Amino acid sequence: MFKIVKREEMSQGTVILNEIEAPLIAKKAKPGQFVILKANENGERIPLTMAETNPAKGTITIIYMVVGKSTALFRDLKVGEGYQDVIGPLGKATHLEKVGKVVCVGGGTGVAVLHPITRGLKDVGNDVTCIIGARNKGLLIMEEHMKAASHDLRICTDDGSYGHHGFVTDVLKEVLKGGDIKLVVAIGPVPMMKAVSNITKEFNVETMVSLNPIMVDGTGMCGGCRVTIGGQTKFACVDGPEFDGHQVDYDELILRLRAYQEEERKCHNDYCTIRDAK
Amino acid sequence: MSEAAGKKAQIERVAMPEQDAKVRARNFLEVPTGYTVKMAQEEASRCLQCKKPGCVAGCPVSVDIPGFIDLIAQGDMTGAIRNLWSKNALPAVCGRVCPQEVQCEGKCIVGKKGQPVAIGNLERFCADYEREHGSGELPPKAGTTGKRVAVVGSGPSGLTVAGDLIVKGHDVTIFEAFHKPGGVLVYGIPEFRLPKAIVAQEVNFLERLGVTVQCNAVVGRTVSLDELFEEGYDAIYVGVGAGLPKFMNIPGENFVGILSANEYLTRANLMKAYKYPEVDTPIPLGKNVVVLGAGNVAMDSARTAMRLGAESVKVVYRRSRDEMPARSAEIHHAEEEGIELFLLTNPTRYLGDANGRLTGMECLRMELGEPDASGRRRPVAVKGSEFEIACDLCIVAVGSGANPLLTSETPDMKLNKWGNVQADEKNGKTTKPGVWAGGDIVTGAATVILAMGAGRAAADSIHDYLTLGW
Repeated sequence: MFKIVKREEMSQGTVILNEIEAPLIAKKAKPGQFVILKANENGERIPLTMAETNPAKGTITIIYMVVGKSTALFRDLKVGEGYQDVIGPLGKATHLEKVGKVVCVGGGTGVAVLHPITRGLKDVGNDVTCIIGARNKGLLIMEEHMKAASHDLRICTDDGSYGHHGFVTDVLKEVLKGGDIKLVVAIGPVPMMKAVSNITKEFNVETMVSLNPIMVDGTGMCGGCRVTIGGQTKFACVDGPEFDGHQVDYDELILRLRAYQEEERKCHNDYCTIRDAK
Repeated sequence: MSEAAGKKAQIERVAMPEQDAKVRARNFLEVPTGYTVKMAQEEASRCLQCKKPGCVAGCPVSVDIPGFIDLIAQGDMTGAIRNLWSKNALPAVCGRVCPQEVQCEGKCIVGKKGQPVAIGNLERFCADYEREHGSGELPPKAGTTGKRVAVVGSGPSGLTVAGDLIVKGHDVTIFEAFHKPGGVLVYGIPEFRLPKAIVAQEVNFLERLGVTVQCNAVVGRTVSLDELFEEGYDAIYVGVGAGLPKFMNIPGENFVGILSANEYLTRANLMKAYKYPEVDTPIPLGKNVVVLGAGNVAMDSARTAMRLGAESVKVVYRRSRDEMPARSAEIHHAEEEGIELFLLTNPTRYLGDANGRLTGMECLRMELGEPDASGRRRPVAVKGSEFEIACDLCIVAVGSGANPLLTSETPDMKLNKWGNVQADEKNGKTTKPGVWAGGDIVTGAATVILAMGAGRAAADSIHDYLTLGW
């Protein structure tokens, strides 16, 4: 068992943080890599990119939004309980290099994944601007962490309850107009990464995105996570999860992410009905 | 042919009882239900006890076939299983999944005139009898040598290596990337052909002998081969399997509803998605299913789809029946269960709807031309023969390549041009000192028994190394 040593609820209880004992993974993991977690014997294997690792303490941290039965099961795990299986670190690590001015754009729980990458880019000497967004102030996560990991933090909310009233892409455009941006990293919902990539293409700025398609094994064996990059099929689990944002076929990815939509909805509803009846 | 062989051939081979095709086509229980003691002894009596047995020569791990069959005939089931174990660590598995018709049974003299002795069925009987009635007594084990061996991958070759080396007194740890041990026996071969409880019992047998099994350990990611040496392992065996799905590379392959057989079978077998929603992993339920390919994996996929309630399941293959690589029993069972074979047919593109979901595929009729490099007649497209097959689920079972996850992290272990590990054919030694390899990662996708044969050879060589040196 992989024990949970710390648990926090964020974003009005819709987003959960788990710090988990996994010494072997903590020792090896690098920013951008992911793990696969399985709550119990009958559980599904769920891939999540790590938000933090602590090799000295032997722990990894994941931050996830509760969207279906599997993440609802994860949410019910308390400190002292644990995951039956945690596998990793998987995927390629982020290539961290000093390039100059960098913008990191995060939406939703993508901010959690963006955090170690942002910090890594700052640590190697880049000038890092960070733009994070949420629907409203209450749903925003990791503001303090992101402030510490960047030189300049911009916040957006869809309803204007905090920071800029509007999307991260509005602010990104302004920053890009300021010129001299060498790299944009965008991690969040697929439509956000698509919108960011469309804008950065106009400005001809290199863009990196992190994809999280459906997968089973995470080691290149099933091919369920295939994505089209520049017209070629790639496996996100071993060739990614990070790709050139300008080459990704986002529309295909959106359709493929809906493959089990019906099953997921029904499964989650059934789970909640049974749980709430208890 | 001797007179005796002719006489034995006249005694009919004892058929193993099996579930009715109509019933089993909708459940996941094992198809053949096994011999009774009486059936096994009757079948064992058909063996000629040849002085120079062809069957043994036909077995990749040289099981003493006349020997164990004679012990069954005498009613010494414990002796029979011990005889089997001395050559084969996984008789319950091999009795079920070996292609006996081209190995032992293909060489059986009785088979020249009639039907060969049912060697596979008898092997299965022995293992099942031991499991159900045996004493559970472990085979003898040599004193500890203090040497540590890491086995990477818990498929048939890894389990063989672990079983061989533990009884020779070495300390053995198996590293498995998945959350359950067994490799292809667990994720690939379906429940109805190889019950997972049997695989679990085989692994448990090794654990009782002292083997440590560490799951969730992706060697190449969680830990590297060099780190294993640093941790104090004296030798490493790499048996990570093929594990890189091949696709057709035709337009539309990323429509929702097209899965590699690896994904489909892993969902069904390892994740037990056939029990969904009792378990959490879903599996796409096709009404009209097409399986591409004609090997055992294709038959397993087709029969799984039928059991999951498909209205029609078609196996589409570009060559003819004679070239189908599947075990003859699997093809026979599949057809009995209502699976249609679309032979000499090759898909050219997938068709989908506005939601990116598969609706069908366009195919071409083929005819056989001149033999190609493999010696099989090359399929040639018939001009203007395009036609469509409607389907909402397609499972691609056209083979597996070498998974580069471990090998790309181990530059000093040389690969061939296909990405398979270069290993000495006789003993499995790789170009990296202290590292052996065998099974599909060396040969490309092959059979369980060939992987076990490679494991056996490597285990002998590792033992020599640990006791004598490289």
